Amino acid sequence: MDEKCLCEQNEILIFSCAGSSNVGQIANQAAINLTQEDMGRYFCLAGIGGHVSGMIESTKAGKMLVAIDGCPVSCAKKTLEHAGFNIDEYVQVTDLGIEKNHDLNLDLSGVGKVTGHLASRISKRRGVQ
Amino acid sequence: MKIEVLGMGCANCNKLYQNVVEAVKLSGKEIDVAKVEDIKKIMSYGVLSTPALAIDGVVKVAGKVPKAEEIKKWIE
Repeated sequence: MDEKCLCEQNEILIFSCAGSSNVGQIANQAAINLTQEDMGRYFCLAGIGGHVSGMIESTKAGKMLVAIDGCPVSCAKKTLEHAGFNIDEYVQVTDLGIEKNHDLNLDLSGVGKVTGHLASRISKRRGVQ
Repeated sequence: MKIEVLGMGCANCNKLYQNVVEAVKLSGKEIDVAKVEDIKKIMSYGVLSTPALAIDGVVKVAGKVPKAEEIKKWIE
């Protein structure tokens, strides 16, 4: 477990739908990749949906919220908005030309496409902030 | 009522603890105030930004240091 102090602010928080389809799994892996590339910190969407007070308050402390949905059902977007959060950067995997199906084998080229798209958007925002 | 200050002991965590003690004093109530510095316990609240403050197990704020007056409102 990472035992560094949590006082360092999590400025960019990333949420993904992690839905039970190819695009949901791509969304989830893209959130992980972005975190590993120091583009932000992967946060728990289920905690927001479950109104876990610690998750809600930690999210309020974030400066930028990024949401990744697999498809137009937009569960991540709706979950965050239902909890009263505004999303700063948003993408649906299907909008990047990846068709939804129920093959759960991870499509790494799709993951790369979503990760690259958001890394570019986040970098641009960081540049203007 | 129980107030827990969640943080691993940095300056902001100590400041929040002081503000909580001041808020309790202002309220005139007898309230149990505890520091929680164990990261596993802190994360069990779902908190990923500290300092944080929990009242009776419900996190009221994370990643910020509210003033004593604000904390007093949560106590009352």
